Amino acid sequence: MDFQVVVLAGGFSKTLVPLVSKEVPKALLPVANRPVLSYVLELLEQNNLKDLIVVVESESAALLIGGWISSAYVDRLHVEVAAVPEEIGTAGALRAIDHHLTASDILVVSGDLVCDVPPGVVAATHRRHDAVVTAMLCSNPVSGSTESGSSGVKDKAKKRYNIIGLDPTKQFLLHVAAGVEVEKDVRVQKSILRAVGQMDIRADLMDAHMYAFKRSVLQEVLNKKEAFQSLRRDVLPYLVRSQLRSELLLNGVQSEENGNDKDASQNPKIVLSQLLANASTPSFHELHALGPNGFSLSPRKTHKCCVYIASNSNYCVRLNTIQAFSDINRDVIGDASHLSGYSFSAQNNIIDPSAVLGSKTTVGPQCMLGEGSQMGDKCSVKKSVIGRHCRIGSNVKIVNSIVMNHVTIGDGCSIQGSVVCSNVQLLERVVLKDCQVGAGFVVTAGSEHKGESLAKKEK
Amino acid sequence: MEARRVPRAVSDPKVRQVGFFAPGAPPDRSQSGPPHPASSSPPVSDISPSGNSLSPVMIPPPRHLSADLARGPHFSPAAPLSPMRAARDSIPVGSYNPSEFVAPTASEFTEDALSPNWTARRSNSGKFASSLPAGGFDMSSLKQNNFPASSLTTVSIVNMPPGITEKDGGAGVEVQKERSKTGSKASSKPLKEQTTKAERRAIQEAQRAAKAATKGDGSKTPAASSGLGSSANANPGKAAKASPQKKDNSPVATSEKRGSDRPQDKDRKKDVPHPRMQFDDKSRVEKAKKRSVVKQTEAKNRVELFRHLPQYEHGTRLPELESKLFQLDPVHPAVYKVGLRYLAGDISGGNARCIAMLQAFQESIKDYSTPPEKALIRDLTSKINSYVSFLIECRPLSISMGNAIRFLKSKIAKLPLALSESEAKAILLSDIDRFINEKIILADKVIVRHAVTKIRDGDVLLTYGSSSAVELLLIHAHELGKNFRVVVVDSRPKLEGKLLLRRLVGKGISCTYTHINAVSYIMHEVTRVFLGASSVLSNGTVYSRVGTACVAMVAHQFRVPVLICCEAYKFHERVQLDSICSNELGDPDMIAKVPGRKEIDSLDDWANSDNLQLLNLIYDATPSDYVSMIITDYGMIPPTSVPVIVREYRREHLWT
Repeated sequence: MDFQVVVLAGGFSKTLVPLVSKEVPKALLPVANRPVLSYVLELLEQNNLKDLIVVVESESAALLIGGWISSAYVDRLHVEVAAVPEEIGTAGALRAIDHHLTASDILVVSGDLVCDVPPGVVAATHRRHDAVVTAMLCSNPVSGSTESGSSGVKDKAKKRYNIIGLDPTKQFLLHVAAGVEVEKDVRVQKSILRAVGQMDIRADLMDAHMYAFKRSVLQEVLNKKEAFQSLRRDVLPYLVRSQLRSELLLNGVQSEENGNDKDASQNPKIVLSQLLANASTPSFHELHALGPNGFSLSPRKTHKCCVYIASNSNYCVRLNTIQAFSDINRDVIGDASHLSGYSFSAQNNIIDPSAVLGSKTTVGPQCMLGEGSQMGDKCSVKKSVIGRHCRIGSNVKIVNSIVMNHVTIGDGCSIQGSVVCSNVQLLERVVLKDCQVGAGFVVTAGSEHKGESLAKKEK
Repeated sequence: MEARRVPRAVSDPKVRQVGFFAPGAPPDRSQSGPPHPASSSPPVSDISPSGNSLSPVMIPPPRHLSADLARGPHFSPAAPLSPMRAARDSIPVGSYNPSEFVAPTASEFTEDALSPNWTARRSNSGKFASSLPAGGFDMSSLKQNNFPASSLTTVSIVNMPPGITEKDGGAGVEVQKERSKTGSKASSKPLKEQTTKAERRAIQEAQRAAKAATKGDGSKTPAASSGLGSSANANPGKAAKASPQKKDNSPVATSEKRGSDRPQDKDRKKDVPHPRMQFDDKSRVEKAKKRSVVKQTEAKNRVELFRHLPQYEHGTRLPELESKLFQLDPVHPAVYKVGLRYLAGDISGGNARCIAMLQAFQESIKDYSTPPEKALIRDLTSKINSYVSFLIECRPLSISMGNAIRFLKSKIAKLPLALSESEAKAILLSDIDRFINEKIILADKVIVRHAVTKIRDGDVLLTYGSSSAVELLLIHAHELGKNFRVVVVDSRPKLEGKLLLRRLVGKGISCTYTHINAVSYIMHEVTRVFLGASSVLSNGTVYSRVGTACVAMVAHQFRVPVLICCEAYKFHERVQLDSICSNELGDPDMIAKVPGRKEIDSLDDWANSDNLQLLNLIYDATPSDYVSMIITDYGMIPPTSVPVIVREYRREHLWT
């Protein structure tokens, strides 16, 4: 279908700091014991998109991610990994792999997206309107689980609104403003408002970071505007802003039409394009281009920015905060279990056959226990994910938490609403509530932590 | 009702008369038509310009099939007088080849140029890697880690199934090779050639076709296949030698091909226009559903009388199709896009839909490459067939599209076997271009030139909906400085007239806009009615946007002449007496909802009530009695002369 797929897998994200480490870049964070990147790759594979470019920040991350992909997806996907320097942003990353983009349209997907919206819908919307950019929007995720209650650390995440303006048909993007700018006021362009006549302003939509770009336009913008760093914060708003006074050199047709009427009646090509244009229902772009009375000698150049709004029945969340990380983990083995790709047992949980449970140990519904994990007696696990080869002592309570691989948990621990990274050692009688424990950390016996982020000091 | 009966009775013999034409008496025939109340037209031959439009007077005698087949794919717009034709026949096929082949080779080069580009880029990519600020990978470490030296590290490779490589042509294959060479990952494990389902089917069909061919005519197939063997970029001497042979073979080859093609197509889709399926026949509907790409949920509450027509729940089809974008491998992106736009209703109007479809086919032909061990003629035909069935699933074909598809298929079938792929593609591309130019754009111009003679100063012209030909006519007449007024009659739910109105007003034409409810009031002041048509059937019935019949009848009642502007490529030999047996059903939600007026949306949940049925008919049939004149690219004719054009020019449409 002449689409090229670029997966932006990111690197070692700052916002997820205790979770990501030198060994685990963001893309490899486990969601239901599978790297988060695999959700995107599998979604693409399901949709028959098997030729991918994965862009990773920093080489060490690229090596890790590349190694993982080559082991997991050999013979299933054709993946190329490109390493780009850190801190150049999403736009910078695309700029760096500019010369590898050849197809007429580029589908840019964020590697931390966990969703079940087929990318085909975005591409189809893009093609149907011959748009310059098509973004996928989904409704804001319901943040925070009801059981764990509110947690002070994560309030910041909830405040991030996106103000998005749509036309009445909900097909075109008229206005985007990211959370920070919204704090003060919203400025809407008068020209766009005048052309459309009506604008729906929505604050309940989130940019899912799945875009379809027209390649020529994307490359032109990236080359022209060297200051642009982020697709979401720079490129998309720029394209939306300038849609009625396009500075882009769109291919052929529109510039040809500049000829006066006499010329137009002679050239069959122009007659043809006019005939086609007359037959199709014009969007406000075309009407605007033609001027107020339907005719102007030099049509204004316009381009279209489309949106696809995922319906509420679809699952679509980005893993970009710690809160989102635990939410996604909870949902994938809970509400959105079709994404996980596992088959659930009768108790609605997944316990690997090689896992060993002690006597009187209960694993509740919506739980997952990885292979080779051992649990002592009288443990109770609720709504949690436990990774591979963990050794858990007896009398341990794990609720609403994520325990990654090779974790040792001593007797009598209680873990609630926390994330425990790989190779962590929890000695006896540790109590964790809403904590994140970085990889390899050792929590001393009997300590109690609440809402803290524990990690080894960087040397 | 009485008023309607009377002309019916009068016109009946007229219709019958048409059927009795003896095939060899042109002069009598042309005179039998024209005398008609409204058409005070000058002799038709006078108006017809020098171009390809032929007046009915100059209808050539029927030709022999073989002579026709022997003609090359070259179309000469001049009047086909028999001596000229003979002369053309004697032109060796090879003689015009060189000039035609200039363009194709060039295009081939650009295509080829793509792949070195890409490969060069790949081989250079080491440099790119080092030019990246962070530097590429260290070579030595790469060795250990099994990463190839390029900024793009190929970490996993799939041996693409042949279906995909075939699609992006040679370039894809080369890239693939290059990749597997440089980016040799452990995955270079030998993959069996996985054949997709479509491919297995294609192979099967090819075998079947081959069998049929050998059975059909054993003596002639070797000759034909030898013609295939001689590549066309061989020296001219050889081409010249081959040409007489080719000339002999081509009719045979095509006819034999047609014979063998039929059974092959049968299980897929029958001929286009598709013999209409009766959608009240449950078992057939089930079968069709299994085949279909677009998931189709039949709407409930269908009107009894129209149960035989397909009606789907529109709401579900678009997202369904959209989500499948990447799973529809066999459908070319351009075709997909057109299908999507049909389904979404972004394109409407016979001409525009036809042009959009042809252009999509052009794109797909450009990207087409014959898979190994297959003949272009057969494989491309089956490809086009699959595209067409996809388009049908998006929206039923219009008659104009059906005719265009028939034209294209006959073109493909008629390609000389000896042509190389790029040449054949170039010929097809130019054929499609010519079809669009001659049959649609030029035809519209000729129609406008004819019709404008019917507009006098002070006229009040009425038009219904939005017809491209009528629009061109009005604008042309305005440019000529004629002084007239236009009444644009419109109807819900599409309100196409508004767009037309906007353009006409923009041009400075004085207009009146009204809905069809008021047509009988406005008709008093109207002096001419110009209407477009989706098709004109051979009994003179005009098949057009629903409401046209109503307008024509009102006009007839008020003794206002009704002139139909319709390109001759939209004519069809079918006879249809009503608009029930063959029609299209639109989205019932369109009439149930009034945008912007929530307070009258009482039909919101109409689908849930069993005793309510909604009918959104797309077309209707206007009986020929209400039509004064049909203006086509062959001149202005009475509706009774339609069969003449259909009969005499059908061959020309197909074999241009």
